[in-house]
Amino acid sequence: MLQIRLHGRGGQGVVTAAEMLSLSAFLEGHFAQAFPSFGSERTGAPVVAYARIDDKEIRTHEPILEPNAVVVQDKTLLGAVDVFSGISPDGYAIINSAESAEVVVPELVKKLPAGHVLTVPATDFAMQKIGRPLPGAPMLAALAAATNVFALESVQKSFQTRYPGKVGDANAETAALAYEYIKNLMNGGNNA
Amino acid sequence: MLKQIEGSLGIAEAVALCRPGAICAYPISPQTHIVENLGKMVKTGQLQDCEFLNVESEFSAMSVSIGASAGGVRAYTATASQGLLFMTEGIYNAAGLGLPIVMTVASRAIGAPINIWNDHSDSLSQRDSGWLQLFCESNQDALDTHIMAFKIAEEVGLPVMVCMDGFVLTHAFERLDLPSQEQVDQFLPAYEPREFLDPKEPISMGAMVGPEAFTELRILQQRKMLKAIPIIERVTKEYREITGHHSGGLLDCYNCENADVKLIIMGSTVGTAKDAVDELKAQGINAGVISLKAFRPFPYDEIRAAIGDTKNVVIVERSFSYGARGILHPEVSRAMRGKDTNIYTAVCGLGGRAILGTTIKGIVKHCLDGKFCDELTWFDVDSKVINSYLKDAEGITLPEGPLPESVLLDTLQKVRA
Repeated sequence: MLQIRLHGRGGQGVVTAAEMLSLSAFLEGHFAQAFPSFGSERTGAPVVAYARIDDKEIRTHEPILEPNAVVVQDKTLLGAVDVFSGISPDGYAIINSAESAEVVVPELVKKLPAGHVLTVPATDFAMQKIGRPLPGAPMLAALAAATNVFALESVQKSFQTRYPGKVGDANAETAALAYEYIKNLMNGGNNA
Repeated sequence: MLKQIEGSLGIAEAVALCRPGAICAYPISPQTHIVENLGKMVKTGQLQDCEFLNVESEFSAMSVSIGASAGGVRAYTATASQGLLFMTEGIYNAAGLGLPIVMTVASRAIGAPINIWNDHSDSLSQRDSGWLQLFCESNQDALDTHIMAFKIAEEVGLPVMVCMDGFVLTHAFERLDLPSQEQVDQFLPAYEPREFLDPKEPISMGAMVGPEAFTELRILQQRKMLKAIPIIERVTKEYREITGHHSGGLLDCYNCENADVKLIIMGSTVGTAKDAVDELKAQGINAGVISLKAFRPFPYDEIRAAIGDTKNVVIVERSFSYGARGILHPEVSRAMRGKDTNIYTAVCGLGGRAILGTTIKGIVKHCLDGKFCDELTWFDVDSKVINSYLKDAEGITLPEGPLPESVLLDTLQKVRA
């Protein structure tokens, strides 16, 4: 079972991202579950959402304390919330930033296997294509590129299903940018 | 049909498949998404011949449901927590009138202090209301139980509360298998009320009954409740045959054969507990889970059979009764009368505190190590929080770890002295 924890701030579509992650996995025939950490949601407040992917029925409903992957949609959380708490020793971390992982989270880069801590300028991509700071789709695409657990096309299809028309298409384009960005990064920048 | 959707949407789809004639809604977390989705379905025409009514309070939501049901249509509503309490007067009336209303309770704690998160104190506060109360362990179970609830309610002639854990289930996005409209139509015939209000042939419902017959009416109401036990079993069987879904029923046993300890649990913790007992099994520890689905009527005989000769039973309770102990414990004790079963209550998961796999494993090990000393023990307690108050106020410090009732009682010796 793959357990993913998503961190962000109210208004950034963290809960939606977790739901779309579960939908992406579902579209590929997996069992999946997504749920928010329930609180008094307000814009800007730290928000946590969870997702699980498995090839058999997911029965547990406990929150994820030991994630295999952590997605950080807002870099300003790094000093405020222990976002990497409990992350598994071979886990993945995807952080929304234009700076390199070595600059943003040097300690974590040393702790996890090479290529498992990645940054992606998801907000920049979202501003280019959606025109609003909604980094959900590019963050999921980056996770897909890093882990190969689900395909870019599934991320795109899940957003297009949820938001038919222009908004869904813009999310799909943003996802493609992030996917390419990570694949290029993992390839040592040789895709350019 | 398989869908990856929010639990609340799954429930709305299931209710729509049952072709209700009236849905009355007043929003309250964590139930709101259910009626929001139903409202959309009525507006778009996905759900036809259905009156969707927005009202100004839960009291009215129940009153309108009573009126609609008495008028002869299939009626549905949903609520939680303070909203459920606000409709209490109507809830008792609906049962006394024998109206087969189906209502979702997205179970949530009750204030004060205000708390929007899950426990079972709202639904269990209506224990004696005369409604059937069916608990659900997963969103699939909840979806299927709603469809069964209409048939059970109409055959028994009593209203049914379908209790599903607020947020934990209502807001979880999961894979759900929705039966087809044809399957539901085959299972649940069009509603034909036995008696209803008709201006052409006026009758009175709920007229005053004095001491000469009130007791007898209550006995008849209790008889209906008892009748519900075999009806729940039969309806579950019919539904399972049509859909192939293993949902509903009075209770469900997991890993119970030769179990050294059995846990009795209601609601979404059952899934977490199943995973936990699988992990324990790999360590050579044999624990079973009894998922209690029907709380009212309480299936005494079935619980007795499910426990069997197992010596140790722990009831994981997500609520309790102030000045008394667990709410489920006396029921299980009645079921086991005459047997020397050790029955304990572990209270945890109040006001949204997550019940983890480690909580369940801790309870099992606590029991098998013979550490349960009282009927009631509080688990996953942060004694520091209690001590921060008690130490200053009374000079008392509680230990860390599971808190048995006797430890709490001991702290009162000093007060008495």
